[in-house]
Amino acid sequence: MKNNTDSRTIAIIGGGPAGMECAAQLKTLGYKCVIIEKGDKLGGNLNNWDRLFPEGIEAQKVVKELAEKTKGSKLFLNSTIESVKHEKGKYNIVVSGKDIVEADSVIICTGFDLFPAEKKEEYGYNIYNHVITNRDLEQYFKKRVDSRIQNPSKIGFVHCVGSRDEKVCNRHCSKLCCVTAVKQAIELKEIFPKSEIICFYMDLRMFGRGYEDIYHDAQYKYGIRFIRGRVSEVSENIEMGVVVKAEDTLQSKPIKITLDLLVLMSGMMNSHTASQIAEQFDAPISNDGFFEQSSRTLSKNSVGKKGIFIAGTSTGPKTLPETLNDARGVVLEVHQYLSNL
Amino acid sequence: MKNFGFNIHKSLALDLDNIDRSLFLKLADLEPDIYKCIGCGSCTSSCTAGSFTTLSFRQIILFIERGDSNKSIEMAKKCMLCGKCTLICPRCINTRNILRTLININTTVK
Repeated sequence: MKNNTDSRTIAIIGGGPAGMECAAQLKTLGYKCVIIEKGDKLGGNLNNWDRLFPEGIEAQKVVKELAEKTKGSKLFLNSTIESVKHEKGKYNIVVSGKDIVEADSVIICTGFDLFPAEKKEEYGYNIYNHVITNRDLEQYFKKRVDSRIQNPSKIGFVHCVGSRDEKVCNRHCSKLCCVTAVKQAIELKEIFPKSEIICFYMDLRMFGRGYEDIYHDAQYKYGIRFIRGRVSEVSENIEMGVVVKAEDTLQSKPIKITLDLLVLMSGMMNSHTASQIAEQFDAPISNDGFFEQSSRTLSKNSVGKKGIFIAGTSTGPKTLPETLNDARGVVLEVHQYLSNL
Repeated sequence: MKNFGFNIHKSLALDLDNIDRSLFLKLADLEPDIYKCIGCGSCTSSCTAGSFTTLSFRQIILFIERGDSNKSIEMAKKCMLCGKCTLICPRCINTRNILRTLININTTVK
């Protein structure tokens, strides 16, 4: 196996956790990396978050540590890919109309977008005064200011906003929102100890290590209430209270409650940049909106095209540790591919 | 006024703004295990009395949580305290103690 890794360049599209981890691992194998990021800094969606489940580690600390490890990689910020040419086994990528990256292999790490909650109009985001999203709440945890959050005494969480919902073309489960809601409910309860918090859920999917413990603590230590039933509609009363309707499916009864704050758990969908990237690299997108993998079990980091690989949440919802593992996995595949050229 | 035979029905929806949670909070104070229920129904399906009466321990907790104390107390009277639900509960809820406490609170009040 010839292994002149230092003469090989890998283009990484997206500077979120997956992209950063790819660059870090490829660097240790001796490859040159180029990260092309659309935003003005590394970190992607992590930059919108305050603390992360399960143990409450600060998102910024994670970004800092991951970014530190990418040092030595060439970084294009505020950059988009204008065109791609596949010539003599290399990919010539024109970045933001001026720079050309010549890459032996490409890793798509374009990540996810949060579902735009205003699309579920019946929940009243951007219409009613006290309806916010999970991302807004994380911003509040960071800055502790939000005109919509005024010492609330009754707070509701709506799970599955834009997930498991064919009405918005998202049949998939985003899987992180359950535990995120429970985490955020606990954090809110710590800030407002006298508040009463209710989570409206369809199913609670506490699949990861320690998640069930968070759920248990939310019930047992923090007295957070869980009602099985999907919120069907939200309205606003004259006192600016948020009136929520749902069914208490465990006792087959419609319920109604007035709240001071409603948090919508927006799910994950493929990045809005994905369709363009898909076209440029001839990578297929599946019915669920995420990139298709050659095989979801045995070849999960391949899109079925020579030299093009994929990692992170662009192939479906993943937790941060899963994303990092996926990035490490793709690096080995890229290494194998380049070694056999 | 002429009676046309029409009347207005009270909404059957449960109005969570106006429920009385005092029994739940009192019970939770004495036996905080009541917070831990996940509504799986193991207690109800294994219940000795449940096959012959309307007793459902899952619903007892649910009714108390949703402020319907009368229903829960009526149901609780059917329990034989055999303890099978305590054995089976995946959240290790001390169901027996919740029931005893519920009955005790109810008899002390009266």
